Amino acid sequence: MSLQLMTYLVVGATFAVYIAIAIKARATSTGEFYVAGKGVHPILNGMATGADWMSAASFISMAGLIAFNGYDASVYLMGWTGGYCLLAMLLAPYLRKHGKFTVPAFIGDRYYSNTARLVAVVCLITASLTYVIGQMKGIGVAFSRFLEMPYEYGLFIGMAIVFVYAVLGGMKGITYTQIAQYCVLIFAYTVPAIFISLQLTGNPVPQLGLGSTMTDGTYLLDKLDIILVDLGFAAYTAQKGSTLDMALLTLSLMIGTAGLPHVIARFFTVPKVKDARFSAGWALVFIALLYTTAPAVGAMARLNLMNTIQTDEVGSPEGNLSYEERPTWFMNWEKTGLLQFEDKNNDGKIQYYGPGEEFAAKAASYGWQGNEMVKVDRDIMVLANPEIAGLPNWVIALVAAGGIAAALSTAAGLLLAIASAISHDLLKSVFAPNMDDKTELMASRFSMAGAIVVAGYLGLNPPGFAAQVVALAFGLAASSLFPVLMMGIFSKRMNRAGAICGMLAGLGSTLLYIFIYKGWFFFQATAMLPDNPANWLFGISPGSFGAVGALFNFAVAFIVAWSTAPPPKHIQQMVENLRIPN
Amino acid sequence: MKKNLSQYWKKNLLIMICLLAVWAIVSFGCSIFFVEQLNAIMIGGFPLGFWFAQQGSIYIFVALIFIYFFLMEKVDKDFDVDD
Repeated sequence: MSLQLMTYLVVGATFAVYIAIAIKARATSTGEFYVAGKGVHPILNGMATGADWMSAASFISMAGLIAFNGYDASVYLMGWTGGYCLLAMLLAPYLRKHGKFTVPAFIGDRYYSNTARLVAVVCLITASLTYVIGQMKGIGVAFSRFLEMPYEYGLFIGMAIVFVYAVLGGMKGITYTQIAQYCVLIFAYTVPAIFISLQLTGNPVPQLGLGSTMTDGTYLLDKLDIILVDLGFAAYTAQKGSTLDMALLTLSLMIGTAGLPHVIARFFTVPKVKDARFSAGWALVFIALLYTTAPAVGAMARLNLMNTIQTDEVGSPEGNLSYEERPTWFMNWEKTGLLQFEDKNNDGKIQYYGPGEEFAAKAASYGWQGNEMVKVDRDIMVLANPEIAGLPNWVIALVAAGGIAAALSTAAGLLLAIASAISHDLLKSVFAPNMDDKTELMASRFSMAGAIVVAGYLGLNPPGFAAQVVALAFGLAASSLFPVLMMGIFSKRMNRAGAICGMLAGLGSTLLYIFIYKGWFFFQATAMLPDNPANWLFGISPGSFGAVGALFNFAVAFIVAWSTAPPPKHIQQMVENLRIPN
Repeated sequence: MKKNLSQYWKKNLLIMICLLAVWAIVSFGCSIFFVEQLNAIMIGGFPLGFWFAQQGSIYIFVALIFIYFFLMEKVDKDFDVDD
C-alpha cells in the first residue's frame, strides 16, 4: 500500500474516533461545557492534561531542538515538566476547592474586583491566542507534508474537526477526545523511538538506549560527542549558553507552565480536591513518557543524520555522501525547502560541518569551502526520523496522525479557555449578569465558534512574529497570572490594590524587556537594542525574563498591599476555606 | 478548631517546602549549577549531570507529586479535613 493511502487511512480513522466521541459526549449545561460537570476521573484527567499540554511544538519541534542544541535544550525538558510540581503543590488543589469555572473568575472573587478579573481575561486571551496560532500552523504543515494537500485545506479540515467536538461538547467533549488524542500521540511518538533505539543500541527502551553502547562498543553519547567535535560542532553533552540565562529560562518556563490558564482549567474538572493533586501526578507521568523519550529521539536522530552524510573518516576523499546518491527522504524534504544543499566547492559531495574556528583551517585543507547543508530545519527531525531510520510506511503514517493529534488537542484546550473567558468572565459577569444557564450555554457555543474562526484566520495569515510570541505567552503567564494566583492562596493579607499593581508591574516589565529587543509590538524596526547576548541585561534573554517579571510582581504587590488596608473579613475567611479540602 | 486548622496549614507548608527544596536541588542544582562537576561521574553511558538534566529531574518531579499526594492524604485524615 502506498504511503499516502496509508496516511489517509490512519489519519481518517483517528478523525472518525474523535467525531464519534463528540457525538457521545455532548454538553447539556454550562457546568458540562466549562468543566465537564466536574466528573472526570483523575487518571483520565491526567491523560487529557497530557494531550492538552503537549502541543505541536512538544511533538514536532522539541526533539529537533534537543538534537541541535544538546545539553542546552534541557531547559525545555525541565521547564515544561517542573511546572507541574508547582501546579500540584501551589495552585491546582486550592483553585479546585474554590470551585469556579475559570481562572479569571477566581482572581475576580479573591481580589473582590472586576478590574482584576478583566486584567486576567486580557492576559489569558493574549497568551492563549498566540499559542493557538502555532497549533493551527502545525495542523497545516502536517497535512501538507504527509497528505500532499495544500496548507489551507489542511487547516480547514482541522478547524472543522475541532468545531464539531468543541462546540458540541465543550470541556466534556474536549476531555474525552483529548484522552483518545493522547493515546494516538504517545503511540506515534514512542514506536519509532523504540525501533531506532533497537537499531542503534539493541535496547528497546529509548530512555536506556540513550545511555547504552552501540554495536561497536562505544557509548552512544560519547560517539555523538566525538563525531560532532570532529566536524567542528560543539560537543553534544557540553554546555554552550550562559548558566544564569539557562537557570532563569528554566524557572520562567516552570512558572509559566503553572500559570497557563488552559492547563489550570483541566484541574477544575475532577470531583475532589485530593483528585486534583492525584491528577497532577498522573498528568506528569503521561507527559514524562514523551519528555523522557524526546532526548533519545533527539540524540539518535542527530547521530543518524551525521552518519548519513559523513559516511567515512573526516577529510578522506570517500568520506562524504555524494549528492547523486542521497536517500529518498533527503529528496522529499528538499522539496519542502526545509532541507537545502548548496555545492559550494563543486565536488558533487555533501560536506556538513560546524562553525568551530579550529576546524575551519582543517576544512580548508580538505578543499571544503563552507558548510554545504545551508538549511537543516530542526522541525524535520521527528517527522523525518522514521524515514531516516528506514522504518515501515505504517510508522510514518502514524507519526502524521500523532502530530495532528498533538496540535488538535492543544488547540481545543486553548480555544475552550478563550471561549469561557469571553462567555463567562465578560458576557455573564460584566454585560449580562442575569443570563440563564441555557442562554449562557448558547453564548459559550457562539464564543467557541468565534474563537475557532479567529484562530483559523490567524493560522492562515500568521503574523510574522508568530514564533517569537511564544516567549510572550510564557512571559505573561509567569509574570502576571502565576504570582497573583499564588499570593491569593498563600497570603491572607494580599489585597486588591496589591494584586492589581503587582500584575501590572510584572506584565509591564516583561513586555518592556521583550519589546526593547524584539521591537515594539514585534515590529522589528522599532527594536531599541540588537537582540544578542552582549546587549542583554546581565545576559538575560528576553524569553527568560518572565521569572524576573514575576519577582517584580511579588515585590510590588507586597509593598502596595502592606501600605494599604487589609482585604475585608469575608475575603480572609474565603482564603482560610480554600486551604482546607472539605 | 481554629488552632487545628492553622496546624494543618503549617504541616502542609512544611511538606511543600521540603518537596520544593528537592525540586530546586535536582533541577537548578544538579542539572544547571553543578552540572560540570557531576558530569565527571559516569552512570553507564550518561555523564551524571547530563542525565539529571534530560532524564533524572523529570523522574524526580513525578515522584515528588505522588509523595505530596500520599503525605497530604494522611495529613487530611489526621486533621479530619478530607473531602
